[in-house]
Amino acid sequence: MTASVVSADRQRLQRRAQTVRRIKTVAWWLGVCLVSIVTVAPLVWTLATSLKPAGEILSNSLSLIPRSPTLQNYIHAVTTVPYGRYFVNTLIVAVGGAVANLFFGSLAGYALAKLRFRGRQAVFITFLSSLMVPSIVTMIPTFLVLRHLPLLGGNDVTGNGGLGLINTYWAVIIPGAAGAFAVFFMKQFFESLPDELGEAARIDGAGEFRIFATVYFPLTRAGLAVLGLLSFQAGWNNFLWPLIVLNDPKMMTVQVGLAGFVNNYTTDYGPLMAGTVITMLPVLAVFILAQRWLIQGIASVGIK
Amino acid sequence: MSVTTPLQFRGPGKDAEQETPPVRGAKEPRRKRVGERGPGVSATRAQQTRAAWLFLALPGLLFLLFTALPVVVAATVSLSDYAVIGPLNWVGFKNYIDIASDPFFWIALRNTVYYTVLYVPLGLAIALATALLLNRNGKAVRVFRTLFYIPVVSSTVATATVWYWVLNPQHGLLNEVLSWFGINGPAWLYDSHWAMLAIVLMSVWAGFGGNMMIFLGGLQGVSPDLKEAARLDGANAWQVFRHVVLPGIRRTTFLVSTLLIINAFQVFDQAYVLTKGGPGNSTVTIVYYIYDRGFGSLQMGYASALSFILFVIILVFSLVNARLTNRDAEK
Repeated sequence: MTASVVSADRQRLQRRAQTVRRIKTVAWWLGVCLVSIVTVAPLVWTLATSLKPAGEILSNSLSLIPRSPTLQNYIHAVTTVPYGRYFVNTLIVAVGGAVANLFFGSLAGYALAKLRFRGRQAVFITFLSSLMVPSIVTMIPTFLVLRHLPLLGGNDVTGNGGLGLINTYWAVIIPGAAGAFAVFFMKQFFESLPDELGEAARIDGAGEFRIFATVYFPLTRAGLAVLGLLSFQAGWNNFLWPLIVLNDPKMMTVQVGLAGFVNNYTTDYGPLMAGTVITMLPVLAVFILAQRWLIQGIASVGIK
Repeated sequence: MSVTTPLQFRGPGKDAEQETPPVRGAKEPRRKRVGERGPGVSATRAQQTRAAWLFLALPGLLFLLFTALPVVVAATVSLSDYAVIGPLNWVGFKNYIDIASDPFFWIALRNTVYYTVLYVPLGLAIALATALLLNRNGKAVRVFRTLFYIPVVSSTVATATVWYWVLNPQHGLLNEVLSWFGINGPAWLYDSHWAMLAIVLMSVWAGFGGNMMIFLGGLQGVSPDLKEAARLDGANAWQVFRHVVLPGIRRTTFLVSTLLIINAFQVFDQAYVLTKGGPGNSTVTIVYYIYDRGFGSLQMGYASALSFILFVIILVFSLVNARLTNRDAEK
């Protein structure tokens, strides 16, 4: 008799706990779906708008599926703004920046992680502290340094007379080539590899550069891939610096071109959204193809 | 998040450095040398030192030329009336004195502080809330992590153009959705009361994913045993969060809030693309003003002085933030 009462109570409690768990699960799904809609909907809507003919954009503005899809906005965007040219410019700057970051980041990161020398800590702290300086402080002087580099871009020995590296791809690639983030990222990565590999090679009489190039460097492929993708993304999306140092229309990047587009075609939403899609597509494609790696890489830097 | 020079890191530099002090390497061989006097050891050490400086030579040169030197040059130029064309005169602190009575500087400062005061707490709260939501395992979680992160991938310019359309007063997505709930949305970018708020909303949307990832990293460091123990002691979900999780991720919170503050004070891209500082100067930010003075009117001296003032403001706010975070720790 009493035993059956107890078991009934327990059953009721269990049922209640189950209901609470179910409510929690439903709430969780609702929450994450809502956030996902907020993050993704504007992008889907942009894509939809870019595929609608001019008449439909305002009359059927909210619809996510164009009634009569068309590519005329893309044709319009590509013919009014030299997107092809901008695309190539941005590709050169972004890939160049990524390669430079991989190269210099690996060199400095390796030295700071795996070589023992006096002053290592000081060098590392100096690199890191540069992250604290807001980029706007160094922007004007960096512009001046690039403009007055001696013997380049029509400059004389004193660095006057020409434009230096202004309006060249180098002006975008070089200042960020040895980015503190790249150095830090690669240092973390090299530290995760065992010291014994290098010691063994050293006992075998291998030189320091050979140890770096043949023992450790091949093991960093995963790290290089993540850093390369992140650098490419940052280079592709960079706006203020290219805006400052590339003022020749032939040298502009897609971001600068798109910003100009907004100012000149304020109400031409169709071509504008087509331009936005073109600008976003490369990084979005790279991200979706490599998202598993990237998210892991970003998270692992966060954890360390 | 504004990434201006290629790769300005938003990651946890200091945390990692404190956890793995690489002193071990520097001390050991020296001690050995006293005992053994092995010529081999000191030879490899000399070799390593030489290799290290060789490896660091190029990155170091770039660093000196484009980070260290520019800071010195900025300080020097800020004491002159350098304007690219024409002679350079030393004017002492005149630029700084002029700034104090420059009405545009105060407008830009007020706008930037307004943006920061809204953006930092909102960005922090949403990044933490979404990280808590996704702090579990499973296939679905990975998909949602990607979906939440998508806005971070696109550039601020592309994000701004997307939002330029979303914020359209008549046909924009936001006001259409608001109208379903009977709310008559404002003109957003065309209304000086709402323009900056619109930019805040857009920036939070664009940036929270990155900070969410940092928070997710921090949350993995909170011991599940500790949470379980608190729950067994009868703590409810809020109490567990307030007294176990929040103290456990203090360093992450400090990192994220510092990054948010540094970024918030440098807001530029969105204002440049969307509003050009308008309507009625309501979205002129300090970096916008520096850009305008330095590269618009070529007053490099004045602009450098402005940028140094911004540097000091960011430093002060970061220090205040550090103090607040530490005071919470002592409680």
